[in-house]
Amino acid sequence: MTPLEKVQEKFGKDIVETHAFRGDETAVIRPASLLAVAKFLKDTPELDFNYLMDLTAVDYLFFAGGRIQKEFRFEVVCHFYSIKHNHRLRLKVQVDDREAPDGRKHPEVDSLTSLWASADWYEREVWDMYGIRFKGHPNLKRILMYEEFVGHALRKDYPFDKRQPLIGPQN
Amino acid sequence: MPTQTRSMLLNVGPSHPAMHGVIRLIMELDGEKIKGVEVEMGYLHRAFEKMCETVMYAQCFPYTDRLNYVSPLINNVGFAMTVEKLLGIEVPERAKYIRVIMSEISRVTDHLTCIAASGMEMGAMSAFLYMIKARDYLYELVEEITGARLTISYIRIGGVKADLTPTFTDNCFKKIADVRKVLIETDELLTRNRIFFDRMKDTGIMSKETAMSHGITGPFLRSTGVAYDVRKANPYLVYDKLDFEVPVGTKGDNLDRYFVRMAEMEQSLRIIEQCFQQIPDGPVLGELTGEVMKASDMVDHAKMGETQGFKEFQVDLDPTLQGSTKKYYDGISADQKSVVLPAKEETYGNIEGLMNHFKLVMYGHGIKPPVGEVYFPVEGANGELGFYIVSDGRDHPWRVRVHPPCFPIMSALPKCLVGSVMADLIPTFGSVNMIAGELDR
Repeated sequence: MTPLEKVQEKFGKDIVETHAFRGDETAVIRPASLLAVAKFLKDTPELDFNYLMDLTAVDYLFFAGGRIQKEFRFEVVCHFYSIKHNHRLRLKVQVDDREAPDGRKHPEVDSLTSLWASADWYEREVWDMYGIRFKGHPNLKRILMYEEFVGHALRKDYPFDKRQPLIGPQN
Repeated sequence: MPTQTRSMLLNVGPSHPAMHGVIRLIMELDGEKIKGVEVEMGYLHRAFEKMCETVMYAQCFPYTDRLNYVSPLINNVGFAMTVEKLLGIEVPERAKYIRVIMSEISRVTDHLTCIAASGMEMGAMSAFLYMIKARDYLYELVEEITGARLTISYIRIGGVKADLTPTFTDNCFKKIADVRKVLIETDELLTRNRIFFDRMKDTGIMSKETAMSHGITGPFLRSTGVAYDVRKANPYLVYDKLDFEVPVGTKGDNLDRYFVRMAEMEQSLRIIEQCFQQIPDGPVLGELTGEVMKASDMVDHAKMGETQGFKEFQVDLDPTLQGSTKKYYDGISADQKSVVLPAKEETYGNIEGLMNHFKLVMYGHGIKPPVGEVYFPVEGANGELGFYIVSDGRDHPWRVRVHPPCFPIMSALPKCLVGSVMADLIPTFGSVNMIAGELDR
């Protein structure tokens, strides 16, 4: 039984879709179940995903020039790895761009810092580059850009040639 | 009145020789003791991921050169293999071996630089000079094949830019022998050096559990005793056919990391030697048969439609394009017209080749992988170097994410430092081998 099948069996109703394009097993899950699934991945002995290898996000605004419509604008992508079993799994969480009901401007998902220490900096980078907040992160601040930076640089609506110098003449 | 003590905040870097110029540590000191460390990075941020989204797939290679600028070939290999996985193509056997040879040369240069720099920071200047000399031997090899020493852009999607030169095998064995000599020399200079040994031993200790929780891979993880190496765990290219060992440490201190790197260099040299025994024969440069024609003449004739017998002609190319002639090129490039540029004879000599060439280099055409996403890890010099690429079916990558091996290591750096003394910062920072190019991207 592959890790993906195990997750499907346990969290069938929380999974939006799955695929294994080029052998990379992937599950797209609803944001509310992220922590539960992550905990299951880490604590189940047959899965034993002791590594959060990578955590990043993708902005699907105008994906493929608008030809492919995605229901949600962002996806937070986690790559897990287990040294013991030598298997990998990709978990994707759909994140909405729309304003949260309590008026918060930024999309938000649960933080994985309580499970893997590596999530700390990865989530800071995602916040820095995409403006996705992580609920429960102890120190969510910018990591690559400076505090005065306005906007989130890897969002598709941030022009790649826009400049924000800290010193010197503005633009 | 009792004496009041307050901890002191000390800024180290970003403009500080021991910080390699690009990172800032804000340290809370109690006398000599480090009570807290905050790492501030981003001084070398060049928007690698954003820029990759604006160019075609093949144009990303120069950007990847600058990720880990001490072993740029491994970054090239990682990116190329990710795109190949996305396209679902396989490269020829000979190109695989060439990629392994180049990767391992780069790994040795990287480890040499790391050990040399940390030796120098502890006063072992001669060891630094010897090791940089050895690195230069290897850079000469890289230069012989790629034409450049650092910003090489040598690997192509579907193959490599050029075949090995006829003198390469001999040169390589000669240089390997020289490097081995230097390794023995520096081993004597460093391992038996009281100052170096004492400052490395039992400093910057990290436990296995902390390292795994922080997602650390590579020599740093192996020094703690976990034998995880992507080349063994998920063999790519031809690593499954090669015999090498994965050295591990026991304690995870700076000295272990030094020993692991020293042992790994020897393993890498072994891999290179085995590659030369196993590599399938290819035509070697210099054995040009048939009529040779200047590229400009060939273009002139082709314009007039005088292409009679061009199939047998060899084109005389500019040195920077050497190795792109048909005879060598086909052995090192995948047989995929939609991905690999045609050999130069085809480009200059007939309309189909010319169209093929332009279809791949023109804006809006280029390589178009199917819609999908892939992650592919290779063993970089610092650990698992993974690329995650999302394609939307167009000629530009929708998203290129690089998982830099330094990044988790730097996030765990405070754990190594807190509780030790200020002077331990230097060996610890040296042995984590922070490469700002890939850390800040």
